This record gives sequence, structure tokens and C-alpha cells, in this order.
Amino acid sequence: MARKLSKPSQSKKSAPKKAVRPVVSKPKSQAKPLSKATPKKGGKKPLPLEKAPAKKAPSAPKAVLKDATKTPSKVDFSKSPFNASLKPAQKIGYLREMLRIRRFEQQALKYYNQGIMGGFLHLYNGQESVAVGTASLMNGHDEIITAYRDHGHALAVGMGMNECMAELFGKGTGCSKGKGGSMHFFAPDKHYWGGHGIVAGQTPLGLGLAFAIKYKKINGCAVAFLGDGAVNQGVFSECLNMAALWDLPIVYVIENNGYSMGTSLERSSAVNGSLAKRAEGFCVEWATCEGFDLYELRANLGAAMERARKESKPMVLEVSTYRYYGHSVADANAKKYRAPEEIELYKSDYDPITRWQNQLLKEKTVTQAQIEKIDDEAKAEAAAAVEFGIASPWPSEESIFEDIYHEVDHKTEAGQTGRFFFSE
Amino acid sequence: MPLITYRQALNDAFAEELTRDENVFLMGEEVAQYNGAYKVTEGLWKRFGSKRVIDTPISEAAFLGLGVGAAMMGLRPVVELMFWSFAYVGFDQIINNAGCVRYMSGGLINVPMVIRGPANGGTNVGATHSHTPENFLANTPGLKVVCPATPYDAKGLMISSIRDNDTVCFMENTLLYGDLGEVPEGSYTIPLGVAEVKREGLDVSLIAHGRAVLTCLAAAEILATEHGIEAEVVDLRSIRPLDEETILNSVAKTHRAILVDENKPFCGVSSQIAALLAEHAFDDLDAPVLRVTALDAPAIYSMPLEKLQLPDAQAVVAKVLSSF
Amino acid sequence: MPEITMPKLSDTMTEGTLLRWHKKKGDKIEVGDILAEVETDKATMEMESFEEGTLADIFVPEGGKVLVGAALALVLKDGEKAGDKPKASPAPTAPVADAPAARPAVSTGRPLTPRARAAALRSGGAGGNVNAGVRVKSTPLARKIADARGVRLDAVKGTGPGGRIIAFDVESAPVGSPAPAAGSSSVAAILPTPIAGMPETRVPLSGMRRVIAERLLASKTQIPHFYLSIEIDAAPMMAFRKEYIAASGGKITFNDIALSAVARAAMQKPKVNAAFAGDAIIEYGSVNLSVAIAVEDGLVTPVIRDAQKLSLKEISAAVKDLATRARDKKLKPDEYAGGTITVSNLGSYGIEQFCAIVNPPQAAILAVGAIVKKPVVNSCDEIEIGHRMSITLSGDHRVVDGAVAAEYMTALRKLLESPALLLL
Repeated sequence: MARKLSKPSQSKKSAPKKAVRPVVSKPKSQAKPLSKATPKKGGKKPLPLEKAPAKKAPSAPKAVLKDATKTPSKVDFSKSPFNASLKPAQKIGYLREMLRIRRFEQQALKYYNQGIMGGFLHLYNGQESVAVGTASLMNGHDEIITAYRDHGHALAVGMGMNECMAELFGKGTGCSKGKGGSMHFFAPDKHYWGGHGIVAGQTPLGLGLAFAIKYKKINGCAVAFLGDGAVNQGVFSECLNMAALWDLPIVYVIENNGYSMGTSLERSSAVNGSLAKRAEGFCVEWATCEGFDLYELRANLGAAMERARKESKPMVLEVSTYRYYGHSVADANAKKYRAPEEIELYKSDYDPITRWQNQLLKEKTVTQAQIEKIDDEAKAEAAAAVEFGIASPWPSEESIFEDIYHEVDHKTEAGQTGRFFFSE
Repeated sequence: MPLITYRQALNDAFAEELTRDENVFLMGEEVAQYNGAYKVTEGLWKRFGSKRVIDTPISEAAFLGLGVGAAMMGLRPVVELMFWSFAYVGFDQIINNAGCVRYMSGGLINVPMVIRGPANGGTNVGATHSHTPENFLANTPGLKVVCPATPYDAKGLMISSIRDNDTVCFMENTLLYGDLGEVPEGSYTIPLGVAEVKREGLDVSLIAHGRAVLTCLAAAEILATEHGIEAEVVDLRSIRPLDEETILNSVAKTHRAILVDENKPFCGVSSQIAALLAEHAFDDLDAPVLRVTALDAPAIYSMPLEKLQLPDAQAVVAKVLSSF
Repeated sequence: MPEITMPKLSDTMTEGTLLRWHKKKGDKIEVGDILAEVETDKATMEMESFEEGTLADIFVPEGGKVLVGAALALVLKDGEKAGDKPKASPAPTAPVADAPAARPAVSTGRPLTPRARAAALRSGGAGGNVNAGVRVKSTPLARKIADARGVRLDAVKGTGPGGRIIAFDVESAPVGSPAPAAGSSSVAAILPTPIAGMPETRVPLSGMRRVIAERLLASKTQIPHFYLSIEIDAAPMMAFRKEYIAASGGKITFNDIALSAVARAAMQKPKVNAAFAGDAIIEYGSVNLSVAIAVEDGLVTPVIRDAQKLSLKEISAAVKDLATRARDKKLKPDEYAGGTITVSNLGSYGIEQFCAIVNPPQAAILAVGAIVKKPVVNSCDEIEIGHRMSITLSGDHRVVDGAVAAEYMTALRKLLESPALLLL
């Protein structure tokens, strides 16, 4: 048995007594794993509108929970074209990436709690498979962008723990030189465009990435992440319309962790059977899948990205996932708007890392000892990143006025005329 | 030099830059097939095609954001707002994304975009279509704000703005689109952040941007012929970067500053200039800094009253006389 | 041997109350265990363990309120025992304290605090007759010019909007005029009544006229004037001038010779080259000669600096330049400032003798008359035709007494009657 990465505070073998959030938020029959429906070349795909109308999700969460816990994926996603040819080293690599994210976040929380990090801290614990799965599918020309829960994506695309941790500490060695903080990690060289603090504010930027890909005739696609809260921002709907109108190669991945800040899906979305379904209103293809299983995530997202690249079409993919911590660490009611049993259940039965470990052990891709070694390395790397971050110097006072204007920083002719800064 | 309109000067700038750099594209509501709500982009779709000149749905937030994303990837979007007043539904994209992303990424990402369109009152279209947001935007370090008054400046500043590697908010004026002026053929640039003394004088500095510059020139003429006062007219041309040197030099010469501004007075552009003068020209001033701005109320619809609401030459003359 | 510290559980939390311990001394704990409940500024939150081992000690009892970062408890890892030296770890040393160098301190180079400035004004004001509590409206430029010229603003009549003193008013004000006595605000106390049948032209008072009126009224009413007249033998001066012109080819006037002599004599008898400063008398170390020059509608008194050091030729050039530019209104404000003694010459108008009004804060003014032919008694007691020039000193008796002024006049006479001394 693989080690549990997140130990529930109290072990509860019996069925939870309190109502908990359904894992899968709509009946399985409505879910549309894309890998099953590979688009036919040249064939006219059915209009989303022609699909059977979605039924409202069962209102008794308890029943759904039972179903959910008992419903294993009917499809064997390991056989999907995106997974079948994976080599052991790649699979172990994904495990390493997920463990690195988890250990990074745990260290971040520890030092945030000590009061030596500023601002907000939105942790990714529990959702690691989504970022790692996405990064594993990027082809070198794909571009991704996300919101403020951005550490996982950053590490997944290859940003170093040191630069990320130093950024959290607000140090000059941080990936954004201590100017962005937790919500604003960027690595354009790794096709990672942030890291954005305003809910859904990144969704049109993702559209712009897709636009540029198409304009420049690049063989790639854009993947823009958003949460279940962001779908309620108007700009996202505008984006879906324009993406469809202009056939832009973009996949909007809704990381649905069930709570937009402290408000549950049921309380924030009129269409709460599925968020992706809203895409129908814009003639945008959509699908849902579970994010706890890396194979399932890769199979579905892989197909979506492939379609975007090949057909230059947008798509919305809603991924069920779960965050163990509050919206941010400052979310005082994280254990009030969610039943403790719910959190424990996800940690015990739906943890993406535990699942992947079990999967790899079952496949004999990896041994328990290897897992422990990888985990120890991740812990050590995270601890070293903390030391690096703490030991790093603060940004210089002069740097306050740097990185505002390209033309000023580069001392071009355009940067020399007039006054830019009024507080000197 | 050919005499062309402000509108045509801008159109020429677009055509030249679209030809010069394939990364440049125009986007906005009805800029392409309709030829532009104010015909500023007339003929460009026909000439450059749908890839370069693009009609958008009425979705300012999305297409402004799209512009930012495309610019981050190295394209040079020129995004038209039918009115700058419509920017308000896309402010998140302009301020948080275009304005802050370079800083927050520690300089890793640039947003070489131009956001342009008319920003003016005076056409009886009511408050929602008459906003002049240059002060809001200039309040965001990371953005540049340009407000040309003449056809010559419009073309040179537009070409500079398109070539600039930072986001430039370019504010035009529907009342100026038909104005004629001498504009050389071919490409030329006017650096952002360089004001121009449009008329020299010894007795008082009239400091303005956009259409208010023309108001000042008319006022200066009256002051000279009827009152023997030689007013100097300083056209800021860009609000950010701001050419503080030219402002201060002028005031050091005349010892009097009257700020003329179609922007609202409260926390407006004129407030910034007034603060600048208080800080750096205190000992040069022989009269308080005075302002003639839009009256501090939402733009009124009624024709004669809206005229009253914006600065005119007589109001400027009266204000100048009150300072002597 | 890690310590458990008060965590920072929100972005604004600075201290927390430990409400309840979930673990007690001796309990085994693991990472993720809930150790305690903490009340923050916003809510009650659970405190999670980042350590594993045994809870060895509890420092803060339930109900205790401590700052973020304060030690709450001690955890012993497996194998550790109490009393072991704590392992060095990247301790959260107060990061805020060694933040980038604080903003530069406020410059200490300020010459005077406002209070000190006020005190200096009270003690140093000429005559101590500052109109305390009366705010004189003036422009910054006017104040700058007044400062440079030594003009007192409370004696200047403003012609700007609302009576504000503007640059023009100060430029045309006599240098150093004292403040008018409290209550004497009217320029002309006795106003003319209309005269029947009298044609008249009413010339509005210019700024300069108004200032002259107020200043000189103040001087004449507030300064105890006294007068000493001498008549010098001008024959040597006439001969000297003729020879000088013949020898040098350069033109000099009798006024130039008089100015030179006044300056040199003032260096010999410095008590007249002085000013009244309220509680002190200031004797100047150099002679800045104020020269009264008539201009259209008034007079100005520009200054020849260090006049005692200048040759006749230099004085001649300086006075010519000042007079030209004064009439063209091209003088700069600082050219009016800093005079120490004044000469007024009405000789060219044929005035034989007159008494000038002291130009405050200076202590003396010399009134120079025309050279006239008159019968004189020579050393042989014969009456012959002589050339005589009359010079009258007006003195401020607060500064200069009669005997002191007389000594000065003697020195002046010697120089003028032996003008070759001026070439030394």
C-alpha cells in the first residue's frame, strides 16, 4: 500500500455522516470523455446543441457520494492513445512532478504560517495531477496560462523551486524579482504566461495566445485554466463567443474544485450540473472528466489539445478536482463551508498522488522504495528552496522603478523622453 | 506639404505600419468591413484583408484581453475602442493586465499594444459616451497615454506608439477628425513624452493637451490683439510620459500658468500639472496656478449647456485676465 | 527539536489567541495533525502540525495571546530527548527588520525650523515693526525677488488680484524700506478736495509710486534723521578729471569721482557703512553702493558691489550700465539687493544742496550737489573765485552719531580734495 500523502486528522472508516460534495458533479451518462469520441476527420461533428439536454445533478449529495466512491472509471484510460505508449520513466517523472508540487506547497504553507511571507497563498494541494498532466502534453509550441493558484503549473512546466520559493519570500532572486508574489509566476521561455490575480482576467489573455498561434501559423494550441468561480465572470463568456467565432485553437480547462472561494458550486452556478455545458451556448465543444486520475486527465486533455491544434477549434474541458486547503491560507472558514468528512474523503480516496502511486505500483512501474526515494528528494529540494529563499537578498530599492516600461529599462530613445515616474 | 485631415493622418499611419510590419494588426468594432465608425480605418480592410484588419463582436473586455495576450506573444495589436468610454468594461484588461504584467513578471513580458479611439465630450452624446479617461490611465505606471491635437502630431505619435514596446493608450477626438493640417508624406515619428510649444509668449503659459490646445491658441490670439498679453501655448501631446521640462521652462519664463483641460478637474490631468508646478516651479510663480477644465459634472446632453461645460477661448481669456 | 510557533493564518494577522490544545504533552503527533485551535483577527482556525514526533512541552496555555511566530510548544523527533541543542534550521529571523534599506531619512540640512525662522524674524526685523499676525499676500516669485533685494513685503502695496504683491510691485519698490507703523495704512492721509474750475489729470498710482510713497513716508517718520553738510573745494577734482581724461582717453564724470570717494571713505570709517537690525547694528565689511537713478515715474537704486575695490574706470562703466538698464527696465532683481550705503546726485540738475531720505536699513545716504562757482576766501585771506561742491549726509541716529558721521565727512573731503588718492 502506498503511503498516504495527506493524512486525515482522524481516521474514519465508517461512511461520513455529513453531507459532502459530490465528486462527479453530473451523472456519468452526461460526461463526455473526449477520448471516446475522437473527432472524425472531415466529418461534421454533431452540434453540441443536438446532445440530450443535461439533467440536473441529483440533489442528495450523500447518494452521489456513494455512487462516486463506488464508481470506478468505466473506461480504461491507460489504453488511450495519449497513454498507451508512455514509458516507465515518463510515468515516474509525473509522480516526481506531483510530489515536488506537494512538498513545495507544504513548505510554503509552513513559512507563510510563520509570518515571513506576505500577501495571499493559494495552495494547489490535491490538484497536482491537472498541472502535471497538462505540462506532460505540451508539444513545445503550446502556450498555457492560469489564474492565481499557479505554483503547480509553474513547477510542472519546469520552473525551479528556488526561483518560485524566493518569489514567495519576496526576494530579488524570485522568478518575478519579488515583484509579483504568489499569484504572479511567469516563464514565457517555458510557454507559461502566468499567474494572474483577477478571477477570469486571464481568460481573454489565453484567447490572445491562441490568436497569436493562429496568426503566426504555429502548430500549437493555448490552454487557459480557470476555476469554477471564474466561469461566472462575463469576460469568460465573451471569450467563448470569440473563440468560436474566430476558430481559435484554445482549450479552456475549468479546474472545478467545487468552491469559488467559500461559495459552493451549488450556491454560485445556476447551471450546476456542469459548468462546461455553458459552452453549448456558444457552439463550443465541451467535455468533462475527473482529474484525480492522471490517465483520465491526459486522455481527455490530450484529445482536446490535439483537436485544437489540428482543427483550430476551441473547447471547454471541465476537470473535477479538489483542494485540501481553503481558497487561500487566509480562508478562515475552509473547514466550515465544507464538511471535514468531505475533505478527509478526498484525501483518503481521491488523492491524485496516492492514486498514481497505487497505479504505478500495480503496474510494477515503480517500487515502494523508489517512491520513498523520490519523495525524500522532493522534500529535500523543497527544504533547500526554502533555505535559498531565506538566504536570498531583498530586491534593491532602485528596482522599484525597474520593469515598468520596456523602453525605460532598455534605455531606448523612447525611454529617454519625458518623465515616467512621479515619486522620484 | 499636403493638407490632410486628422482622420486621414491616422489612416496613413496605419497603412504605413501595416505595410512595414506584418505583426501589426488592427482590431475593433466595425473597423474592417464597415470602414470604422468614424471612418478612421476606411479602406484598410479592403487593402490589407481580414487577417490584418479585424471586426470584433461588441466584447471590449475580451478583445482588449486578446490584444494583451497577442502582444505578449510578440504581435503588435492596434485595438480600436469605438469610444474610449467603452474601455470601462475592459478596465481589468487594460490596468491589471496590460499595465501590470511587465512589472509583475519582473520584466519578462512586454505588451506592445496600442489602444486607441476618441475620448472627448462636446458632441451631445451624454455622459456615458463623453468620458476622457486619460487621467485614470496615466495613473497606472506601465501604461502610456497620448493625446494629439493636430493631424501632424496624430500621425507621428501614432507611428511612434505602434513601434513602442509598451502599451500606449492613444486618445483621439471626434471633433478633430475633420480638422485639416499639413502632414508630410511618408513615415515620421514624434517621440512620446516631448511636448511642443505651439505658440511662444512671455506673459503667461497656457498648458493643454488634445483639443484644448486649439482652444488655447484661439485664446492666445485674443489675448494678444485685445489685451496686449503674449500667451505661450504648451501642447503636452503625451500625458505619460510627461514632458516636465518643457512645462517648467515655459513657466520659468512667463511666471504664470493657466491649465486648460477637457478632462474633469477632480484628480484630473490638470491636477497633476498643478502639483508639478507647486513642487518644482514655486519660486517662479507670480500668480496662483489656475485651471480652466470641463465643469465638474457628468457630461450634459443639452447642446448649449455642454458647450458651457467645456473650456472655450473666452473662458481661457477671462481666466488669464483674472490672474494679472 | 522543532518548536511549534503561532502561525500566521491570514494576510492581516499579527497575533493570535490559543483557544484550545487538541494535543497534550506527551502525545505523538504527525504532519497534518490538528494541534490546536487559534483565534485570529478574523476567525477561529485550526492549527496544523508540520512536524512529527512527540509533543514534549507546551509553552502557551489555553487562552494565551501571543504574537505570530512566538513559540507555542516543543516537539521532540524520534530519538531526540529534551535538552538536546535545537538543530540549526533556516529560522524565520525577523525579515521585516532587515528589509531593504529604509527610505532615506529626512535631510537634516535644513537651515531653520519654522519656529526658529519666526524667532529670527522677531529679533531681526528692522525696527521690530513687523505687522505680527498680518498675512501679506504675495506670490512666490515676488517673495524671491524681495528676499534678494532686501525689500520688506509688509511695506509693499500689492497690485495683483486681491491686493496680492506680485513681482512687479517688488521690483519697483525702494530697497529696504521699513514697514509702515501699525495703523498707517493710507498712502495719503490728507486727500485733496476738488478745486472748482481747476483742470486736472488724474494719474492712477503705479505700483512703483505707491511703494515709494509708503516706503519713504515710513523712513521719514520712523527713522531719526540728522544731517551734516560740507562744502568741498572742487578745483582739484576738476583738474584731476581733465588730466585723467587727457591721459587715459576715457571719460569719467564728477559723479563717478564722488561715488569712488564715498566708497573708499566708507571703508575707512565703517561705522557709517552699517545697518540697524533691531537688537543690533550690523557693520558691513565691504561697500555695496546703492546709486539712486531716476526712471520714468520713479526711481530705483541698483547696487555696485564691492565698490571700494573698483577703479574709477570700473565704477564709471558700472554706473553707466546700471543707469541704461534701469531706464530700459532690464535690471535683474538681485541687482537691487544688498546695498550698504546710498548716493543720490542731483548736481546735473543744478541743485546746489539737498537732504536725502535714508534708504533703510542702511544708516546713511549722501546727497551730492552741483559744482558751482562762488567767491571763496583763500589761504591768504583773499577773496577769489572758487569751485565748490556741497555734500550732505543724512544719517540714522540709531546707528550713527554726529561725531562719527563727521569723521566720515572729513575722510570724504580729503579724498575729494586730493583725488589722486583715488588712484591708489
